[in-house]
Amino acid sequence: MSIIQVTDLVKKYNGLTAVNGISFEVKQGESFGFLGPNGAGKTTTINILCTLLSPTSGTAEVNGHDCLKHAHSVRSSIGLVFQDITLDNDLTAYENLKFHCYLYNMNKREMEERIEAILNIVGLYDRKDDLVRRFSGGMKRRLEIARGLLHHPKVLFLDEPTLGLDPQTRTNVWEFINNWRKKEGITVFLTTHYMDEAEVCDRIAIIDHGRIIACGTPEELKKLIRGDTIYLKTADDNRAMSELKETFDIKAAKLHDSISFNVESGDKFIPKIFEGLKTAIVSVNLKKPTLDDVFIHLTGREIREENNNKGGELLKLRRRG
Amino acid sequence: MSVEKVFNGHGQRSRTTEVMFSYKAIYVIISREFKRFFRQKGRLLVTISRPLLWLFIVGTGFTQMVNMPATTSYKQFLLPGIIGMTILFSSVFSSISVVWDREFGFLREMLVAPISRATIVMGKLLSGAALSIVQGMVLLVFSPLVGIKVTLPGILAMLVLIAILSIAITAMGLFIASFLTSLEGFNVIMNFIVLPMFFLSGALYPMNALPTVLHYLTLINPLSYGVDAFKHILFEKNGALGAEFPLFLDIGLLTVFSIAMIILAARSFERKE
Repeated sequence: MSIIQVTDLVKKYNGLTAVNGISFEVKQGESFGFLGPNGAGKTTTINILCTLLSPTSGTAEVNGHDCLKHAHSVRSSIGLVFQDITLDNDLTAYENLKFHCYLYNMNKREMEERIEAILNIVGLYDRKDDLVRRFSGGMKRRLEIARGLLHHPKVLFLDEPTLGLDPQTRTNVWEFINNWRKKEGITVFLTTHYMDEAEVCDRIAIIDHGRIIACGTPEELKKLIRGDTIYLKTADDNRAMSELKETFDIKAAKLHDSISFNVESGDKFIPKIFEGLKTAIVSVNLKKPTLDDVFIHLTGREIREENNNKGGELLKLRRRG
Repeated sequence: MSVEKVFNGHGQRSRTTEVMFSYKAIYVIISREFKRFFRQKGRLLVTISRPLLWLFIVGTGFTQMVNMPATTSYKQFLLPGIIGMTILFSSVFSSISVVWDREFGFLREMLVAPISRATIVMGKLLSGAALSIVQGMVLLVFSPLVGIKVTLPGILAMLVLIAILSIAITAMGLFIASFLTSLEGFNVIMNFIVLPMFFLSGALYPMNALPTVLHYLTLINPLSYGVDAFKHILFEKNGALGAEFPLFLDIGLLTVFSIAMIILAARSFERKE
């Protein structure tokens, strides 16, 4: 069952097309990532989905309600965490959450139980009576995510939820979001331009210049490009190369102290190497393609200049003695 | 087909309808504004000291200089004007908090909640007006110090008039605030709307003593009618320094103005890009 359904969505602002005819659907319980550079149309799409903007044409539905015609029903079914902090600094953590509960018409008992439970989970119960202005960036983020979840939303929208946070806090925030998602079975829709954040999503749509240029699971998207690279160190590289050619019809390249070749699914291929090669294997390295590679492949450029990717995930396997 | 079944079987998907006003939301918006008012120490201090500076320093100074009819001193003349000024500044400041909320993102927390725009406008209107009413009424405490006696019916009458003016000015402020996208506009509003409104309201000098052009400007200023109404209640005699319009006209015009501004503000917030 799809909980978000977007069809041919277009949004133009004074002559500029921010979203240019996108269609996608998100299934209930899924985590869905919207990945793209700044200005690609991510925030515009989220704003339409959460009823803050009306589309120029096309339709958007959340939880079965049209975002334009039944905005109120949509708003009751969603929780939001915006790009910038939207807490009141002059209120305490507890007061911010209470304000939210009143807006969502929760009854007093439910409100008190829920706030206490949620503050304990985000580890801010001890600080509940402190003014939010005394909180660090990471604490504010946690409080905001907690707030977005207070009223039991069906979908939680997160617009660049970890922007401006240090790596350690980012990891904490993600752990928290994912635990919560499993616990309450809610759907998470997020936008990000961090590759590693998109990586943990069930499915990703890559958006550029207002268009979705690819959509699928991270694995599916990575298959769009050449496949995995396997690096082998063996007792006799030349013999290994000829064996690979004979057994698997694979032409490996000789590097200075190892050999390398590309295969479709490297992780599934590694066991076959051990079965098929008679030459002693010293080590096996597998380099998975990253979403960065996918983005470059599709658009011909990197998602952002100051990319902090460490050059891909290296999976290392060693064979004992 | 199975998708259809699941869809219909889910009670949670039933449509919710929007009520015009969510009272819980209005209550919590008001309670937030009061908390903020008492927590922002600087604002609190300015709010308390500004009318007192005018009344006891400017008022005392001008009392020495201006030849007044024996019945009224300048300090006495100034009291209704300073109550009007306090309401003006407080109401505009409260309504500008919408821009503040927009700049700091908090407005979005309210805009995506399942409440109507009218609820947000009403919450802001009532909180802004209530803060102004409290401040206006507190100033009545100083009336004996400038030699004005206020009776209990007088206090009740002032409460009603202060409330009407507070609602009118807050609604006007909200209408203006709906156009402002950043706080930079605030100084412009202060300079070109708020201060002229104060100077051209009969708060500091009688309106009919002004040259024609300025006099006409006072006639389109809602604050003039509020200050004029206060003069009806606070001054025993309606001499040269007393009220200049009939009280029913003051109340009538302010009421019409308030309603118009509330409608305009609500409409203006309803807009979507």
